[in-house]
Amino acid sequence: MKESVFTVKKNTKIAADIYEMKLSGDTSDFTSPGQFAEIRIPGFYLRRPISVCDIEGGVLTLIYKTVGAGTDSLSRVCSGGTLDLLTGLGNGYDLSKSGEAPLVIGGGVGIPPMYLLCKRLTAEGKTVTAALGFNTSTDMFYVKEFEKICPRVIIATADGSYGVRGFITDAAKGAPHTFYYACGPRPMLDSTVRTFGACGQISLEERMGCGFGACMGCSVVTKSGARRVCKDGPVFDAGEIYFGGDVK
Amino acid sequence: MTDLSTTLCGISLDNPVIAASGTFGYGREFAELYDINMLGTFSFKGTTIEPRFGNPTPRIAETPSGMLNSVGLQNPGAEHVITHELPEMKRYFKKKVMANISGFSIDDYVKTAAIFDSQEQVGWLELNISCPNVHGGGMAFGTSPESAAEVTSEVRKACRKPLIVKLSPNVSDIAKIASACENAGADAVSLINTLLGMRIDLKKRAPILANVTGGLSGPCVFPLALRMVWQVKRAVSIPVVGMGGVSSASDVIEMMLAGASAVEAGAANLVNPYACRDIINALPAECEKYGITKLSDIIGGVKI
Repeated sequence: MKESVFTVKKNTKIAADIYEMKLSGDTSDFTSPGQFAEIRIPGFYLRRPISVCDIEGGVLTLIYKTVGAGTDSLSRVCSGGTLDLLTGLGNGYDLSKSGEAPLVIGGGVGIPPMYLLCKRLTAEGKTVTAALGFNTSTDMFYVKEFEKICPRVIIATADGSYGVRGFITDAAKGAPHTFYYACGPRPMLDSTVRTFGACGQISLEERMGCGFGACMGCSVVTKSGARRVCKDGPVFDAGEIYFGGDVK
Repeated sequence: MTDLSTTLCGISLDNPVIAASGTFGYGREFAELYDINMLGTFSFKGTTIEPRFGNPTPRIAETPSGMLNSVGLQNPGAEHVITHELPEMKRYFKKKVMANISGFSIDDYVKTAAIFDSQEQVGWLELNISCPNVHGGGMAFGTSPESAAEVTSEVRKACRKPLIVKLSPNVSDIAKIASACENAGADAVSLINTLLGMRIDLKKRAPILANVTGGLSGPCVFPLALRMVWQVKRAVSIPVVGMGGVSSASDVIEMMLAGASAVEAGAANLVNPYACRDIINALPAECEKYGITKLSDIIGGVKI
Protein backbone atom coordinates (compact mmCIF):
# COMPACT_ATOMS: atom_id res chain seq x y z
CA MET A 1 0.00 0.00 0.00
CA LYS A 2 1.14 3.47 -0.82
CA GLU A 3 -0.47 6.87 -0.33
CA SER A 4 0.12 9.23 -3.19
CA VAL A 5 -1.33 12.10 -5.11
CA PHE A 6 -2.62 11.46 -8.61
CA THR A 7 -3.52 13.98 -11.29
CA VAL A 8 -6.79 13.51 -13.11
CA LYS A 9 -6.25 13.40 -16.87
CA LYS A 10 -9.75 12.52 -17.91
CA ASN A 11 -13.08 11.96 -16.17
CA THR A 12 -15.89 11.27 -18.58
CA LYS A 13 -19.25 9.57 -18.68
CA ILE A 14 -19.14 6.40 -20.76
CA ALA A 15 -22.59 4.91 -20.00
CA ALA A 16 -25.60 5.65 -17.80
CA ASP A 17 -24.15 6.69 -14.39
CA ILE A 18 -20.80 5.13 -15.38
CA TYR A 19 -17.61 7.21 -15.52
CA GLU A 20 -14.12 6.47 -16.76
CA MET A 21 -11.36 8.30 -14.92
CA LYS A 22 -7.75 8.33 -16.06
CA LEU A 23 -5.13 9.47 -13.58
CA SER A 24 -1.39 9.80 -13.67
CA GLY A 25 0.74 8.98 -10.67
CA ASP A 26 2.72 6.27 -8.95
CA THR A 27 1.05 2.96 -9.84
CA SER A 28 3.98 0.82 -8.67
CA ASP A 29 2.10 -0.75 -5.77
CA PHE A 30 -0.48 -2.39 -8.01
CA THR A 31 0.84 -5.86 -8.68
CA SER A 32 -2.14 -7.85 -9.93
CA PRO A 33 -5.52 -7.36 -11.62
CA GLY A 34 -8.41 -7.24 -9.15
CA GLN A 35 -6.70 -4.90 -6.69
CA PHE A 36 -8.29 -1.57 -5.79
CA ALA A 37 -7.57 2.00 -4.78
CA GLU A 38 -9.12 4.03 -1.96
CA ILE A 39 -9.85 7.55 -3.13
CA ARG A 40 -10.21 10.48 -0.79
CA ILE A 41 -13.01 12.69 -2.06
CA PRO A 42 -12.88 16.23 -0.67
CA GLY A 43 -15.81 16.83 1.67
CA PHE A 44 -16.37 13.15 2.47
CA TYR A 45 -14.95 11.39 5.50
CA LEU A 46 -14.39 7.86 4.28
CA ARG A 47 -12.41 7.01 1.18
CA ARG A 48 -14.15 5.24 -1.69
CA PRO A 49 -12.80 1.86 -2.82
CA ILE A 50 -12.65 1.60 -6.62
CA SER A 51 -11.18 -1.36 -8.48
CA VAL A 52 -8.46 -0.89 -11.05
CA CYS A 53 -9.60 -1.21 -14.67
CA ASP A 54 -6.27 -0.66 -16.38
CA ILE A 55 -2.69 0.43 -15.84
CA GLU A 56 -0.68 1.48 -18.84
CA GLY A 57 2.45 3.64 -18.86
CA GLY A 58 1.85 5.28 -15.48
CA VAL A 59 -1.79 5.98 -16.27
CA LEU A 60 -4.34 4.43 -13.97
CA THR A 61 -7.85 3.85 -15.34
CA LEU A 62 -10.74 3.57 -12.90
CA ILE A 63 -14.35 2.99 -13.91
CA TYR A 64 -17.00 3.76 -11.32
CA LYS A 65 -20.73 4.15 -11.02
CA THR A 66 -22.33 7.15 -9.35
CA VAL A 67 -24.36 5.61 -6.56
CA GLY A 68 -24.43 8.38 -3.97
CA ALA A 69 -23.17 11.82 -3.04
CA GLY A 70 -19.51 10.73 -2.83
CA THR A 71 -19.21 9.17 -6.26
CA ASP A 72 -21.40 11.96 -7.64
CA SER A 73 -18.85 14.45 -6.34
CA LEU A 74 -16.04 12.33 -7.82
CA SER A 75 -17.73 12.52 -11.22
CA ARG A 76 -17.42 16.30 -11.12
CA VAL A 77 -13.64 16.36 -10.59
CA CYS A 78 -12.11 18.13 -13.61
CA SER A 79 -9.03 17.08 -15.48
CA GLY A 80 -5.98 18.74 -13.96
CA GLY A 81 -7.40 18.21 -10.49
CA THR A 82 -5.55 16.07 -7.95
CA LEU A 83 -6.78 13.23 -5.78
CA ASP A 84 -5.23 11.46 -2.79
CA LEU A 85 -5.18 7.70 -3.36
CA LEU A 86 -4.17 4.66 -1.38
CA THR A 87 -2.87 2.26 -4.00
CA GLY A 88 -2.06 -1.41 -4.24
CA LEU A 89 -4.87 -2.51 -1.92
CA GLY A 90 -6.13 -6.07 -1.64
CA ASN A 91 -5.14 -9.32 -3.29
CA GLY A 92 -5.90 -9.64 -6.98
CA TYR A 93 -6.56 -12.59 -9.22
CA ASP A 94 -4.04 -15.41 -9.45
CA LEU A 95 -3.14 -15.68 -13.12
CA SER A 96 -1.18 -18.88 -12.61
CA LYS A 97 -4.42 -20.81 -12.10
CA SER A 98 -5.95 -19.83 -15.44
CA GLY A 99 -5.03 -22.82 -17.61
CA GLU A 100 -5.01 -22.30 -21.38
CA ALA A 101 -8.59 -21.07 -21.86
CA PRO A 102 -9.88 -19.07 -18.92
CA LEU A 103 -13.42 -17.74 -18.74
CA VAL A 104 -13.73 -14.21 -17.34
CA ILE A 105 -17.19 -13.23 -16.12
CA GLY A 106 -18.11 -9.66 -15.19
CA GLY A 107 -21.42 -8.10 -14.28
CA GLY A 108 -22.13 -4.34 -14.23
CA VAL A 109 -19.57 -2.42 -12.19
CA GLY A 110 -17.86 -5.75 -11.61
CA ILE A 111 -16.62 -5.55 -15.19
CA PRO A 112 -13.82 -2.94 -14.90
CA PRO A 113 -11.24 -5.09 -13.04
CA MET A 114 -11.81 -7.84 -15.60
CA TYR A 115 -10.36 -5.65 -18.33
CA LEU A 116 -6.85 -5.60 -16.83
CA LEU A 117 -7.22 -9.29 -16.03
CA CYS A 118 -8.09 -10.12 -19.66
CA LYS A 119 -5.20 -7.97 -20.87
CA ARG A 120 -2.69 -9.73 -18.63
CA LEU A 121 -4.05 -13.20 -19.47
CA THR A 122 -3.92 -12.45 -23.19
CA ALA A 123 -0.37 -11.15 -22.82
CA GLU A 124 0.52 -14.54 -21.34
CA GLY A 125 -0.84 -16.21 -24.46
CA LYS A 126 -4.08 -17.50 -22.96
CA THR A 127 -7.24 -17.83 -25.04
CA VAL A 128 -9.65 -15.74 -23.01
CA THR A 129 -13.42 -15.81 -23.22
CA ALA A 130 -14.94 -12.67 -21.69
CA ALA A 131 -18.57 -12.84 -20.59
CA LEU A 132 -20.02 -9.45 -19.75
CA GLY A 133 -23.47 -8.86 -18.30
CA PHE A 134 -25.39 -5.59 -18.15
CA ASN A 135 -28.93 -4.67 -17.18
CA THR A 136 -29.68 -2.89 -20.43
CA SER A 137 -27.90 -1.57 -23.51
CA THR A 138 -27.53 1.99 -22.13
CA ASP A 139 -25.48 0.54 -19.23
CA MET A 140 -22.94 -1.00 -21.60
CA PHE A 141 -19.31 0.10 -21.61
CA TYR A 142 -15.92 -1.20 -22.74
CA VAL A 143 -17.36 -3.85 -25.03
CA LYS A 144 -15.10 -2.76 -27.93
CA GLU A 145 -12.11 -2.67 -25.63
CA PHE A 146 -12.74 -6.25 -24.54
CA GLU A 147 -13.31 -7.32 -28.17
CA LYS A 148 -9.88 -5.95 -29.05
CA ILE A 149 -8.07 -8.19 -26.56
CA CYS A 150 -10.28 -11.30 -26.23
CA PRO A 151 -10.94 -13.75 -29.08
CA ARG A 152 -14.43 -14.38 -27.75
CA VAL A 153 -16.75 -11.92 -26.00
CA ILE A 154 -20.23 -12.93 -24.86
CA ILE A 155 -22.66 -10.14 -23.98
CA ALA A 156 -25.92 -10.50 -22.14
CA THR A 157 -28.43 -7.87 -21.07
CA ALA A 158 -31.15 -8.62 -18.54
CA ASP A 159 -33.78 -6.96 -20.73
CA GLY A 160 -32.52 -8.36 -24.01
CA SER A 161 -31.78 -4.92 -25.48
CA TYR A 162 -28.35 -6.17 -26.63
CA GLY A 163 -26.76 -9.61 -26.98
CA VAL A 164 -28.24 -12.60 -25.23
CA ARG A 165 -31.35 -11.87 -23.18
CA GLY A 166 -30.98 -12.81 -19.52
CA PHE A 167 -28.18 -13.31 -17.06
CA ILE A 168 -24.57 -13.59 -18.11
CA THR A 169 -24.03 -16.84 -16.23
CA ASP A 170 -26.73 -18.48 -18.38
CA ALA A 171 -25.32 -16.94 -21.54
CA ALA A 172 -21.83 -18.20 -20.71
CA LYS A 173 -22.99 -21.70 -19.78
CA GLY A 174 -21.32 -24.21 -22.03
CA ALA A 175 -18.38 -21.95 -22.87
CA PRO A 176 -15.39 -24.28 -22.75
CA HIS A 177 -12.94 -23.15 -20.11
CA THR A 178 -10.06 -24.30 -17.97
CA PHE A 179 -10.74 -21.96 -15.04
CA TYR A 180 -13.00 -18.98 -14.37
CA TYR A 181 -12.64 -15.54 -12.82
CA ALA A 182 -15.71 -13.56 -11.76
CA CYS A 183 -16.63 -10.16 -10.39
CA GLY A 184 -20.12 -8.74 -10.07
CA PRO A 185 -23.16 -8.46 -7.84
CA ARG A 186 -23.62 -11.18 -5.25
CA PRO A 187 -26.55 -12.94 -7.04
CA MET A 188 -24.34 -13.20 -10.14
CA LEU A 189 -21.51 -14.72 -8.09
CA ASP A 190 -23.93 -17.18 -6.48
CA SER A 191 -25.16 -18.21 -9.90
CA THR A 192 -21.59 -18.41 -11.23
CA VAL A 193 -20.59 -20.89 -8.55
CA ARG A 194 -23.81 -22.90 -9.05
CA THR A 195 -23.18 -23.04 -12.78
CA PHE A 196 -19.41 -23.45 -13.01
CA GLY A 197 -18.53 -25.00 -9.66
CA ALA A 198 -15.68 -24.18 -7.33
CA CYS A 199 -12.87 -24.13 -9.90
CA GLY A 200 -12.59 -20.36 -10.08
CA GLN A 201 -11.81 -17.13 -8.28
CA ILE A 202 -14.35 -14.49 -7.38
CA SER A 203 -14.11 -10.95 -6.10
CA LEU A 204 -16.36 -9.89 -3.23
CA GLU A 205 -17.71 -6.45 -2.47
CA GLU A 206 -18.55 -5.04 0.96
CA ARG A 207 -18.91 -1.62 2.57
CA MET A 208 -15.44 -0.77 3.82
CA GLY A 209 -14.14 1.54 6.50
CA CYS A 210 -10.40 1.73 5.89
CA GLY A 211 -9.67 -0.58 2.94
CA PHE A 212 -6.39 -1.88 4.37
CA GLY A 213 -7.37 -4.33 7.07
CA ALA A 214 -7.53 -2.22 10.21
CA CYS A 215 -11.19 -1.69 11.04
CA MET A 216 -12.74 -5.14 10.46
CA GLY A 217 -15.71 -3.43 8.82
CA CYS A 218 -15.85 -5.63 5.73
CA SER A 219 -15.34 -9.10 7.19
CA VAL A 220 -16.89 -12.19 5.69
CA VAL A 221 -17.22 -15.68 7.14
CA THR A 222 -15.41 -18.11 4.84
CA LYS A 223 -14.85 -21.84 5.05
CA SER A 224 -11.48 -21.07 6.65
CA GLY A 225 -12.84 -18.55 9.14
CA ALA A 226 -13.34 -14.79 9.24
CA ARG A 227 -11.60 -12.92 6.42
CA ARG A 228 -11.38 -9.23 5.59
CA VAL A 229 -12.64 -8.49 2.09
CA CYS A 230 -10.24 -5.54 1.79
CA LYS A 231 -7.04 -7.17 3.03
CA ASP A 232 -7.46 -10.95 2.66
CA GLY A 233 -9.58 -10.45 -0.51
CA PRO A 234 -11.31 -9.00 -2.38
CA VAL A 235 -10.43 -12.00 -4.59
CA PHE A 236 -11.08 -15.39 -3.00
CA ASP A 237 -11.05 -18.95 -4.30
CA ALA A 238 -14.69 -19.73 -5.08
CA GLY A 239 -14.50 -22.87 -2.97
CA GLU A 240 -13.70 -20.80 0.12
CA ILE A 241 -16.92 -18.81 0.06
CA TYR A 242 -20.35 -19.78 1.37
CA PHE A 243 -23.01 -19.28 -1.25
CA GLY A 244 -26.81 -19.13 -1.20
CA GLY A 245 -28.06 -22.41 0.20
CA ASP A 246 -24.85 -23.10 2.12
CA VAL A 247 -25.17 -22.91 5.87
CA LYS A 248 -22.64 -20.65 7.61
CA MET B 1 12.42 21.66 21.26
CA THR B 2 9.20 20.84 23.07
CA ASP B 3 9.23 18.00 25.57
CA LEU B 4 6.36 15.77 24.42
CA SER B 5 6.72 13.11 27.09
CA THR B 6 3.94 12.28 29.47
CA THR B 7 3.20 9.62 32.06
CA LEU B 8 0.25 7.29 32.20
CA CYS B 9 -0.23 5.35 35.42
CA GLY B 10 3.49 5.34 36.19
CA ILE B 11 4.61 4.32 32.71
CA SER B 12 6.27 7.05 30.73
CA LEU B 13 5.28 7.73 27.14
CA ASP B 14 7.56 9.46 24.62
CA ASN B 15 4.52 11.41 23.51
CA PRO B 16 0.85 11.39 24.46
CA VAL B 17 -0.45 9.93 21.17
CA ILE B 18 -2.03 6.49 21.46
CA ALA B 19 -3.70 4.75 18.52
CA ALA B 20 -7.18 3.80 19.69
CA SER B 21 -8.55 0.30 19.95
CA GLY B 22 -10.55 -0.99 17.01
CA THR B 23 -8.81 1.25 14.51
CA PHE B 24 -5.33 -0.21 14.70
CA GLY B 25 -5.84 -3.99 14.79
CA TYR B 26 -2.81 -5.51 16.53
CA GLY B 27 -0.63 -2.94 14.81
CA ARG B 28 0.65 -5.09 11.96
CA GLU B 29 -1.05 -3.28 9.06
CA PHE B 30 0.43 0.01 10.26
CA ALA B 31 3.86 -1.39 11.06
CA GLU B 32 4.11 -2.20 7.33
CA LEU B 33 3.74 1.54 6.64
CA TYR B 34 5.82 3.27 9.29
CA ASP B 35 7.77 2.53 12.45
CA ILE B 36 4.96 2.43 14.99
CA ASN B 37 7.50 2.60 17.82
CA MET B 38 7.19 6.36 17.38
CA LEU B 39 3.72 6.18 18.97
CA GLY B 40 3.19 6.80 22.66
CA THR B 41 1.66 3.36 22.41
CA PHE B 42 -1.44 1.74 20.91
CA SER B 43 -4.46 0.00 22.30
CA PHE B 44 -5.02 -3.25 20.48
CA LYS B 45 -8.28 -4.53 19.03
CA GLY B 46 -10.89 -5.19 21.72
CA THR B 47 -10.36 -8.80 22.72
CA THR B 48 -12.79 -11.21 24.35
CA ILE B 49 -12.23 -14.56 25.98
CA GLU B 50 -13.76 -16.44 23.01
CA PRO B 51 -13.22 -15.62 19.32
CA ARG B 52 -15.99 -13.50 17.75
CA PHE B 53 -16.97 -12.75 14.19
CA GLY B 54 -19.04 -9.78 15.30
CA ASN B 55 -22.18 -8.44 13.67
CA PRO B 56 -23.49 -9.10 10.17
CA THR B 57 -22.40 -6.74 7.38
CA PRO B 58 -22.86 -3.99 6.25
CA ARG B 59 -21.26 -2.67 9.39
CA ILE B 60 -19.78 0.61 8.18
CA ALA B 61 -21.67 3.77 7.18
CA GLU B 62 -20.43 7.25 6.45
CA THR B 63 -21.71 10.37 8.21
CA PRO B 64 -20.88 14.05 7.85
CA SER B 65 -17.32 14.34 9.24
CA GLY B 66 -17.37 10.86 10.61
CA MET B 67 -18.54 7.29 10.40
CA LEU B 68 -20.67 4.66 12.05
CA ASN B 69 -19.42 1.18 12.76
CA SER B 70 -21.23 -1.85 14.10
CA VAL B 71 -18.33 -4.29 13.91
CA GLY B 72 -19.30 -5.80 17.25
CA LEU B 73 -15.91 -6.80 18.65
CA GLN B 74 -14.65 -9.11 15.95
CA ASN B 75 -11.50 -10.67 17.36
CA PRO B 76 -9.69 -14.02 17.39
CA GLY B 77 -10.07 -14.56 21.15
CA ALA B 78 -7.62 -14.05 24.02
CA GLU B 79 -5.83 -17.37 23.59
CA HIS B 80 -5.05 -16.69 19.92
CA VAL B 81 -3.87 -13.17 20.72
CA ILE B 82 -1.42 -14.54 23.25
CA THR B 83 -0.12 -17.38 21.11
CA HIS B 84 -0.06 -15.55 17.75
CA GLU B 85 -0.58 -11.78 17.84
CA LEU B 86 1.62 -10.87 20.80
CA PRO B 87 4.65 -12.95 19.69
CA GLU B 88 4.28 -11.46 16.20
CA MET B 89 3.90 -7.97 17.68
CA LYS B 90 7.26 -8.35 19.45
CA ARG B 91 8.94 -8.11 16.07
CA TYR B 92 7.57 -4.67 15.22
CA PHE B 93 6.58 -3.04 18.51
CA LYS B 94 9.10 -2.77 21.31
CA LYS B 95 7.05 -0.67 23.73
CA LYS B 96 4.39 -1.69 26.20
CA VAL B 97 1.05 -2.12 24.48
CA MET B 98 -2.37 -1.36 25.90
CA ALA B 99 -4.58 -4.45 26.05
CA ASN B 100 -8.20 -3.57 25.30
CA ILE B 101 -10.49 -6.22 26.73
CA SER B 102 -14.21 -6.75 26.58
CA GLY B 103 -16.74 -9.28 27.75
CA PHE B 104 -20.32 -10.31 28.31
CA SER B 105 -20.17 -11.09 32.00
CA ILE B 106 -18.02 -10.08 34.93
CA ASP B 107 -16.49 -13.52 34.79
CA ASP B 108 -15.47 -12.91 31.13
CA TYR B 109 -13.84 -9.61 31.99
CA VAL B 110 -11.99 -11.06 34.96
CA LYS B 111 -10.68 -14.05 33.01
CA THR B 112 -9.58 -11.98 30.02
CA ALA B 113 -7.96 -9.35 32.23
CA ALA B 114 -6.05 -12.03 34.13
CA ILE B 115 -4.76 -13.52 30.88
CA PHE B 116 -3.33 -10.22 29.66
CA ASP B 117 -2.18 -9.15 33.11
CA SER B 118 0.41 -11.90 32.94
CA GLN B 119 1.80 -10.77 29.58
CA GLU B 120 5.09 -8.96 29.78
CA GLN B 121 4.37 -6.92 26.62
CA VAL B 122 1.19 -5.46 28.11
CA GLY B 123 1.61 -2.16 29.93
CA TRP B 124 -1.99 -1.30 30.73
CA LEU B 125 -5.36 -2.99 30.63
CA GLU B 126 -8.08 -0.92 29.00
CA LEU B 127 -11.41 -2.26 30.14
CA ASN B 128 -14.01 -1.67 27.46
CA ILE B 129 -17.34 -1.37 29.25
CA SER B 130 -18.72 0.86 26.53
CA CYS B 131 -19.03 -0.99 23.21
CA PRO B 132 -22.42 0.08 21.83
CA ASN B 133 -22.54 -2.74 19.29
CA VAL B 134 -22.96 -5.85 21.37
CA HIS B 135 -25.96 -6.88 23.36
CA GLY B 136 -26.00 -8.35 26.83
CA GLY B 137 -22.55 -7.03 27.65
CA GLY B 138 -20.15 -4.29 26.68
CA MET B 139 -21.97 -1.01 27.11
CA ALA B 140 -24.46 -2.56 29.52
CA PHE B 141 -21.72 -2.43 32.16
CA GLY B 142 -20.79 1.14 31.39
CA THR B 143 -24.18 2.81 31.61
CA SER B 144 -24.73 2.74 35.36
CA PRO B 145 -22.30 3.74 38.12
CA GLU B 146 -23.15 0.57 40.07
CA SER B 147 -22.41 -1.94 37.30
CA ALA B 148 -19.33 0.04 36.16
CA ALA B 149 -18.02 -0.07 39.72
CA GLU B 150 -18.79 -3.75 40.10
CA VAL B 151 -16.89 -4.88 36.98
CA THR B 152 -14.03 -2.49 37.77
CA SER B 153 -13.60 -3.77 41.28
CA GLU B 154 -13.76 -7.44 40.27
CA VAL B 155 -11.17 -6.93 37.51
CA ARG B 156 -9.05 -4.85 39.87
CA LYS B 157 -8.80 -7.83 42.21
CA ALA B 158 -7.63 -10.08 39.37
CA CYS B 159 -4.83 -7.91 37.97
CA ARG B 160 -1.79 -5.94 38.98
CA LYS B 161 -1.17 -3.86 35.86
CA PRO B 162 -2.62 -0.37 35.59
CA LEU B 163 -6.35 -0.58 34.89
CA ILE B 164 -7.92 1.99 32.59
CA VAL B 165 -11.70 1.89 32.27
CA LYS B 166 -13.02 3.03 28.89
CA LEU B 167 -16.27 4.93 29.29
CA SER B 168 -19.38 5.30 27.20
CA PRO B 169 -20.72 8.71 26.23
CA ASN B 170 -24.21 7.20 25.92
CA VAL B 171 -25.06 8.10 29.49
CA SER B 172 -26.65 11.05 31.28
CA ASP B 173 -23.75 11.76 33.64
CA ILE B 174 -20.36 10.43 32.57
CA ALA B 175 -18.58 12.13 35.49
CA LYS B 176 -20.61 10.08 37.97
CA ILE B 177 -19.60 6.85 36.22
CA ALA B 178 -15.96 7.94 36.11
CA SER B 179 -16.06 8.59 39.87
CA ALA B 180 -17.62 5.20 40.50
CA CYS B 181 -14.77 3.56 38.55
CA GLU B 182 -12.19 5.56 40.45
CA ASN B 183 -13.69 4.50 43.78
CA ALA B 184 -13.75 0.89 42.58
CA GLY B 185 -10.02 0.92 41.95
CA ALA B 186 -9.51 2.15 38.37
CA ASP B 187 -6.08 3.68 37.81
CA ALA B 188 -7.36 5.84 34.96
CA VAL B 189 -10.38 6.33 32.73
CA SER B 190 -10.40 6.72 28.96
CA LEU B 191 -13.19 8.41 27.04
CA ILE B 192 -15.14 8.56 24.89
CA ASN B 193 -16.14 5.33 23.18
CA THR B 194 -18.47 5.85 20.22
CA LEU B 195 -21.91 7.45 20.34
CA LEU B 196 -24.84 5.34 19.28
CA GLY B 197 -26.10 6.47 15.87
CA MET B 198 -28.07 5.35 12.84
CA ARG B 199 -28.43 6.01 9.10
CA ILE B 200 -31.10 5.03 6.63
CA ASP B 201 -30.60 4.04 2.99
CA LEU B 202 -33.26 6.09 1.23
CA LYS B 203 -33.54 3.79 -1.78
CA LYS B 204 -34.14 0.76 0.40
CA ARG B 205 -35.93 2.65 3.20
CA ALA B 206 -33.89 0.43 5.50
CA PRO B 207 -31.00 1.05 7.89
CA ILE B 208 -27.58 1.04 6.19
CA LEU B 209 -26.15 -1.05 9.02
CA ALA B 210 -27.34 -4.64 9.31
CA ASN B 211 -27.21 -4.11 13.08
CA VAL B 212 -29.54 -1.07 12.60
CA THR B 213 -27.46 1.13 14.93
CA GLY B 214 -23.73 1.69 15.25
CA GLY B 215 -21.11 3.76 17.01
CA LEU B 216 -20.36 7.25 15.71
CA SER B 217 -16.76 8.42 15.59
CA GLY B 218 -14.64 10.93 13.72
CA PRO B 219 -14.19 14.72 13.90
CA CYS B 220 -17.94 15.22 14.36
CA VAL B 221 -17.71 13.91 17.94
CA PHE B 222 -14.63 15.91 18.96
CA PRO B 223 -16.37 18.82 20.74
CA LEU B 224 -18.61 16.45 22.65
CA ALA B 225 -15.66 14.26 23.63
CA LEU B 226 -13.67 17.31 24.71
CA ARG B 227 -16.54 18.52 26.90
CA MET B 228 -16.80 15.09 28.56
CA VAL B 229 -13.04 14.88 29.16
CA TRP B 230 -13.22 18.27 30.85
CA GLN B 231 -16.20 17.23 33.00
CA VAL B 232 -14.59 13.95 34.00
CA LYS B 233 -11.24 15.58 34.81
CA ARG B 234 -13.00 17.85 37.28
CA ALA B 235 -14.69 14.86 38.95
CA VAL B 236 -11.76 12.49 39.41
CA SER B 237 -8.17 12.61 40.59
CA ILE B 238 -6.94 9.69 38.45
CA PRO B 239 -5.53 10.36 34.95
CA VAL B 240 -7.92 10.79 32.06
CA VAL B 241 -7.15 9.52 28.55
CA GLY B 242 -9.00 11.67 26.04
CA MET B 243 -10.31 10.45 22.72
CA GLY B 244 -13.08 11.10 20.23
CA GLY B 245 -12.48 12.56 16.80
CA VAL B 246 -8.84 13.50 17.45
CA SER B 247 -7.25 14.10 14.05
CA SER B 248 -4.52 16.71 14.45
CA ALA B 249 -1.78 17.97 16.72
CA SER B 250 -3.98 20.88 17.78
CA ASP B 251 -6.75 18.43 18.75
CA VAL B 252 -4.22 16.70 21.01
CA ILE B 253 -3.30 19.98 22.67
CA GLU B 254 -6.97 20.85 23.14
CA MET B 255 -7.68 17.47 24.73
CA MET B 256 -4.73 17.91 27.09
CA LEU B 257 -5.85 21.39 28.11
CA ALA B 258 -9.26 19.89 28.87
CA GLY B 259 -7.59 17.40 31.18
CA ALA B 260 -6.22 14.47 29.20
CA SER B 261 -2.89 13.00 30.32
CA ALA B 262 -2.68 11.10 27.05
CA VAL B 263 -4.76 11.17 23.89
CA GLU B 264 -6.07 8.39 21.69
CA ALA B 265 -6.69 8.86 17.98
CA GLY B 266 -9.05 6.39 16.35
CA ALA B 267 -11.11 6.92 13.23
CA ALA B 268 -8.39 9.20 11.81
CA ASN B 269 -6.20 6.11 11.29
CA LEU B 270 -8.80 4.62 8.97
CA VAL B 271 -8.91 7.49 6.52
CA ASN B 272 -5.24 8.38 6.79
CA PRO B 273 -3.17 5.35 7.74
CA TYR B 274 -0.35 7.73 8.67
CA ALA B 275 -2.58 9.87 10.93
CA CYS B 276 -0.78 9.11 14.22
CA ARG B 277 2.65 9.58 12.64
CA ASP B 278 1.53 12.88 11.13
CA ILE B 279 0.06 14.09 14.43
CA ILE B 280 3.24 13.24 16.35
CA ASN B 281 5.44 14.87 13.72
CA ALA B 282 3.32 18.01 13.84
CA LEU B 283 3.22 18.27 17.64
CA PRO B 284 6.54 20.09 18.29
CA ALA B 285 5.78 22.93 15.91
CA GLU B 286 2.20 23.15 17.10
CA CYS B 287 3.39 23.35 20.72
CA GLU B 288 5.92 26.04 19.88
CA LYS B 289 3.17 28.05 18.26
CA TYR B 290 1.40 28.24 21.63
CA GLY B 291 4.50 28.65 23.76
CA ILE B 292 4.37 25.13 25.19
CA THR B 293 7.81 23.87 26.17
CA LYS B 294 6.69 20.82 28.15
CA LEU B 295 3.46 19.32 26.87
CA SER B 296 2.53 17.54 30.11
CA ASP B 297 2.53 20.91 31.90
CA ILE B 298 -0.69 21.89 30.17
CA ILE B 299 -2.80 18.92 31.32
CA GLY B 300 -6.08 20.30 32.61
CA GLY B 301 -4.77 23.83 32.12
CA VAL B 302 -7.79 25.29 30.40
CA LYS B 303 -8.59 28.67 31.94
CA ILE B 304 -12.25 28.87 32.88
